[in-house]
Amino acid sequence: MDTTTVNSNFKSEEYFINMGPQHPATHGVLRLLLTIDGEIIKKVEPDLGYIHRSIEKMCERDSYQQIVHLTDRMDYLSSHINNEAVCLTVENALELEVPERVKVIRTIIGELTRIASHCLWWGVMGMDVGALTTYFYGFRDREMVNDIFEETCGARLTMNYNIPGGLMYDIHPNFIQRTKDFVAHFKTKIPEYDKLLTGNVIFQKRMKGVGILSKEDAISFGASGPVGRGSGYSCDVRKHHPYSALNKVTFNESLKTAGDSLARYEVRIMEMWESLSIIEQLIDNIPEGDYKVTTKAVIKLPKGEYYQKVEAARGELGVYVISTGTKNPYRLKFRSPGFSNISLLNHIAVGGKIGDLVASMATLDIVVPDIDR
Amino acid sequence: MNISLGITKTIHDWLFSVMPEGLASITEMVLIAAVYLAVFAVFGLYLVLLERKVAAWFQLRMGPNRVGFKGLLQTLADALKLVSKELTGTEKADKFLYNLAPYFVIISALMALAVFPFTQEFQAFDINIGIFFLIAISSIGVIGILLGGWSSNNKFALIGAMRSGVQTISYELSIGLSLLTMVLITGSLQLSEIVEVQKNGWLIVQGHIPAIIAFMIYMIAGTAETNRAPFDMVEAESELGAGFHTEYSGMKFAYFFLAEFINMFIISAIATTVFFGAWLSPFGITESIPWLGVFWFLGKVFVIVFLMMWFRWTFPRLRIDQLLTLEWKYLLPINLVNIVVMAFIVWQNLIIQL
Amino acid sequence: MTNEALQNLIGLWFPNPDADKVSNVVEITETEEGSEETKTQEPINPSLLEFSEEESQFLNILVQPEQLHSLMKQLKSNSETNFDYLYCLSGVDWGAELGIVYHLESTTHRHRIVVKVKTADREGPNFDTVSNIWKTADFHEREVFDFFGVKFNNHPNLKYLFLTEDWEGYPLRKDYVDEINMVIK
Repeated sequence: MDTTTVNSNFKSEEYFINMGPQHPATHGVLRLLLTIDGEIIKKVEPDLGYIHRSIEKMCERDSYQQIVHLTDRMDYLSSHINNEAVCLTVENALELEVPERVKVIRTIIGELTRIASHCLWWGVMGMDVGALTTYFYGFRDREMVNDIFEETCGARLTMNYNIPGGLMYDIHPNFIQRTKDFVAHFKTKIPEYDKLLTGNVIFQKRMKGVGILSKEDAISFGASGPVGRGSGYSCDVRKHHPYSALNKVTFNESLKTAGDSLARYEVRIMEMWESLSIIEQLIDNIPEGDYKVTTKAVIKLPKGEYYQKVEAARGELGVYVISTGTKNPYRLKFRSPGFSNISLLNHIAVGGKIGDLVASMATLDIVVPDIDR
Repeated sequence: MNISLGITKTIHDWLFSVMPEGLASITEMVLIAAVYLAVFAVFGLYLVLLERKVAAWFQLRMGPNRVGFKGLLQTLADALKLVSKELTGTEKADKFLYNLAPYFVIISALMALAVFPFTQEFQAFDINIGIFFLIAISSIGVIGILLGGWSSNNKFALIGAMRSGVQTISYELSIGLSLLTMVLITGSLQLSEIVEVQKNGWLIVQGHIPAIIAFMIYMIAGTAETNRAPFDMVEAESELGAGFHTEYSGMKFAYFFLAEFINMFIISAIATTVFFGAWLSPFGITESIPWLGVFWFLGKVFVIVFLMMWFRWTFPRLRIDQLLTLEWKYLLPINLVNIVVMAFIVWQNLIIQL
Repeated sequence: MTNEALQNLIGLWFPNPDADKVSNVVEITETEEGSEETKTQEPINPSLLEFSEEESQFLNILVQPEQLHSLMKQLKSNSETNFDYLYCLSGVDWGAELGIVYHLESTTHRHRIVVKVKTADREGPNFDTVSNIWKTADFHEREVFDFFGVKFNNHPNLKYLFLTEDWEGYPLRKDYVDEINMVIK
């Protein structure tokens, strides 16, 4: 019969459902092809590319200064860190030593970006498990960070504050005070987050023991960022390959060994505390000096291959540049954290319920432009 | 003299004087139904507004504040928009059932309103099996949801509908049993008599500990029965898009939406009637002015409605298996034990009489 | 491990059968000895792998497609190398050749290495999959398949990940032309 041949891959109880590209839990245009038996997930197959802009191809055409601007549009929630990755690659290739001031400012803003990104994640995380109120709490605090960014770099999301050789402008005179205010404010707010969501018994039940990822699998799947660290895999690029001013500060790598959704959640909450501590260590000690070194108008990287990794809010962002000595890169590859993290979704979601899939996916903290590039 | 009663009595007398008896009764019923329909449709809309305001309050926002004074006309405007919207649907839907479903839901919701004693003698239909009628009617609504989910020919809707079936069947038990616990004290299912018994103290006071347990179980099950967070598995917007009403638009969607809020009102009204003395004022402070009972009734209802909104805007959603575990492993056994305890208390006459 | 130590160790895994014949060394104990021996004639690589550190911050290994899978398996399973983290897998179009660049890191030893494989076959390029060694390679190889048209043998689910099924051409190849969607300066 026709129907049996068409559905030969399915058992009779299983059916097929299309989650996305327009679906509230996929955080953008991600499409998941689910094979489901009742409520139980049998298979998850991500279908990507709905907003693929081929940034890598565009990079082959653009100059290095222009490439920095494209990286904002990948993981837009950690745009500053993405910019930094490209700038560091170019600076390393040119063997350009940027002033200490630049390094410190980059690190502070990078950590602020991380906090802002985690705030948004926290809000959305709550929303995905059905607690709609968290969204507004997360946004309230993220808004303060965005205001600081707006004052200093004129943009709130796609900041473009980094340029190869330093920063676009010097920091705004209010920057230090406002950042301090924010740190003081946010320290009172993280406990509020815990009160509202973390301690909730329903939330704990939803997250504990769900979406388990072992340490071996985390490494094998190339998990990075909080996803890897939730499985006890020490993968913080800031610790292992420090860049900018990160070797000047002391901070703990947030690690949890349980590997379930709750562990990944807790890692992000811990990271917010660590980021606050990093900012506190640096904010009073911004060295005086230039905010950039002047580079040539046309940057040409020496022939060779360069790789730079940084810790974006979602994990390890790698920039791999092959240069032939011209003003454009011959090939530029972004190793985005989201792409590796989405590949393990099937592994952690199979066997769970639809609700578990949504909750696990929220703890992966996917940003679709980061996956699609 | 009761104001509302005065008006209805005049109309009643006038109708019977100009028409033959049978026609007059029918006309009277239609009139009352129309009044209820109009009043509660508007009432439902204001519950929506209230929910939005409460949500905004919880979420550090302003809420609707542009249409009318402080946004008072916002939901009326929304309703107008929904009425004027095109009714879209899926091509492969089972058209008859698909169109029928919203009416099932809204009619069953409105039917339940008939039996509530808003104040003394202000009750459209004082049936002697009042509580039973309420439980029966409130479970008909789920048929509408199942029909809607099934006939939409959409997998998300179907999952939502199936969840709804599972959920309602389970929690119906708890609602019934927790109300039954209270019926042990009153000895009657008739709502007016239940109120009468409470003149010696609200049932939650009379039945003290088991009554409080019964109320807590009732609130949990009632929230589940109305498919509201944290039991909104049926809609679960982050999982199923919109659940069973994914494929509905315009006024048909509005019926589902309105029914949810009327159901919330009904659940609160049952709680008020059975646990909190319906229209009776606390300590009989306004006993001399009977029509004030309406305000007491609505006041109590709104406190419970607010409680349900509070649940919704603070709790995350349960998972379907946890939902069933909660009912079958915890609420149901506790409930059964509770009935026995209550029976013992009634037998030994340990109830508190004020 | 330092790059030099890695080179010495990994080089031994794939000895070049031709290196023996030319350089008359009885036993290949030291790789440098072999190359000194034959210096006067022509430098013959004692290993089938080519090592280089030029123009890169890591040790680069160029491997023939035939040896790719066994090399990768050894790199991961050998306790001294233990490259258990494939952090980047990129397809590259070198003009005449197509190839894949694997960036590997060991989470225990924290050393890094780059493995490259190339083929001149632009019509039907294919390499062995490494997705059975590192699970992350599954998606990364599918990405390369999309954009470079490189096939991976034994890949469990090799189909377009980003592109639609009916897409023609391989967008990240250098000779790809799309006059409508590409802005060329």
